[in-house]
Amino acid sequence: MTGGQTGTAAPLEFRNVSKRYPNAETAAIDSLSFTVPAGEVCVLVGPSGCGKTTAMRLVNRMIDLTSGDILIDDKTINGRSTTDLRREIGYVIQHVGLFPHLTIAKNISVVPKLLGWDRKRMNDRAHELLDLIGLPQEMGSRYPSQLSGGQRQRVGVARALAADPPLMLMDEPFGAIDPISRERLQNEFLRLQREIRKTIVFVTHDIDEAIKMGDRIAILREGGQLVQYDTPHHILANPIDDFVARFVGADRGLKRLALTRIDEIRLEDASVARGAGESSTVRSTATLRDALSVMMSDSMRPLLVVDDNGNPTGSVTIELINEALRRDRADERTASSS
Amino acid sequence: MSFLTGLLADSGPTIPQFGQTSSCVTKNETFCWTWFTQNWSSKVDFEARLIEHVKLTVIAVAVGFVIAFVLAVLAHRARWMVGPVTFFGSLLYTIPSLAAFQILVTITGINDWTVEIALVSYTLLILFTNTLAGLSAVSPDVVDAARGTGLTDAQILLRVELPLAVPTIIAGLRVAVVTIISLATVAAFIVPEGLGKPIFDALNAGDFNTKFIASGVLCILLALFADALFVLLQRLLTPWASVRRAR
Repeated sequence: MTGGQTGTAAPLEFRNVSKRYPNAETAAIDSLSFTVPAGEVCVLVGPSGCGKTTAMRLVNRMIDLTSGDILIDDKTINGRSTTDLRREIGYVIQHVGLFPHLTIAKNISVVPKLLGWDRKRMNDRAHELLDLIGLPQEMGSRYPSQLSGGQRQRVGVARALAADPPLMLMDEPFGAIDPISRERLQNEFLRLQREIRKTIVFVTHDIDEAIKMGDRIAILREGGQLVQYDTPHHILANPIDDFVARFVGADRGLKRLALTRIDEIRLEDASVARGAGESSTVRSTATLRDALSVMMSDSMRPLLVVDDNGNPTGSVTIELINEALRRDRADERTASSS
Repeated sequence: MSFLTGLLADSGPTIPQFGQTSSCVTKNETFCWTWFTQNWSSKVDFEARLIEHVKLTVIAVAVGFVIAFVLAVLAHRARWMVGPVTFFGSLLYTIPSLAAFQILVTITGINDWTVEIALVSYTLLILFTNTLAGLSAVSPDVVDAARGTGLTDAQILLRVELPLAVPTIIAGLRVAVVTIISLATVAAFIVPEGLGKPIFDALNAGDFNTKFIASGVLCILLALFADALFVLLQRLLTPWASVRRAR
């Protein structure tokens, strides 16, 4: 939809990274090692004080690490000019921090200007980004104070994307937004990410947001220790210890169901639901959690699955939902034994 | 007539006898417009006094601003400077103006330097405090975003912190200019310059109302004009500060 969004993405690697503050008894970040493949969203999540924001800020050297190494595209960040490094990494923070004295277009053009782009290229890019984040072009000449919180957050993302950085850092980007707008922004962002395919480090304290946004989740605990690093599916199916189990919540079974869409599992023939009498219907794009919820209000009878046009595509039963959960666990076992 | 002259010499106003003297002047009425227009660009020469007054003020505020601005920018980065600078500024600010002029004369003699040094010293505290407050009031999120986006410290200061501090800095300049316009009248106690000169003259001449009021009103008008100028300047420099807010 927008040219020039072919985009680049770089893998990110934390290699035994530690951060110790002078006079502090314990490390803020303790031997952190993990790899984020190019184009994936890695969510750093954990209770407050676990060092998730610190870990993120080590990447663009807003904080300097004490030992270990961080590699972007297999190149170390140690010894790089901090300003050059930061201009190549998108940076989005909770309170956005738009420049109040600059128009939206100029806010978006901050990094291109630092990089010395000519005026036309900057303007074209600003137009393109306003389209990308779904703001009307006339917003470009407004000031941040004239925008709503959600609009400002979108502009923050656009500013971070302006110079097409291979890596983005996002610190609780939707944390200060009301729940309804937050959900919309999350969905918009996921749609945007499918298009731009950036490598993203996303910090949140909200496990539900982590499950929703992350291709991978790194769960940290106090003292900056990595407890588990895996896909949302695997973390929910097989929490590594009590800390993770408690952190993801007792409803992790339901959360897993919410990760799978009905059209992603094997279905019974439509006749199964029809045979059970007057059955409820559910859309094939709904999640297994939605399906279970409908079943529970309908004596656990099989449901008729219909596509977007209302044509039946099969039936979903409680046994099939069970099977999907079991298969996740089996996947986990093969994954961890390999 | 001789009776009148004697009376005037003793107690009443000593009305200058520049050619034909109107009855308004001899009766020392509240304000004699004709006398004022006759003295606008000659004799008392209010025009020249006004220009001198503007010069005294502009030099004092300009020099004071440069000093205070540099100190504030330095103190913004090196916070330990705030205490000493504020203490020194307050000390200068508290010295009564007449006393300050008197003390300085013993050091620098009777000249414009003396006047300007005293006037500058009164601007420092106001301008330093406001500039520093403006820089400090910039939201930490904005500074963090600027840093994280790859601006250097100098770029953060010049492109983010200073532009955002402009309203507070101009507020300081408005107070400083109005203060100096009023204080500069006292300068005539040292050197016969500015609108203070006709005020002192009028007092010495036994409260010549028209001269006294003309000088005072010119001072007030000058202050109002200077203040309006700064309001206009701020509108021009900070279009973002006056936009209609959403929600």
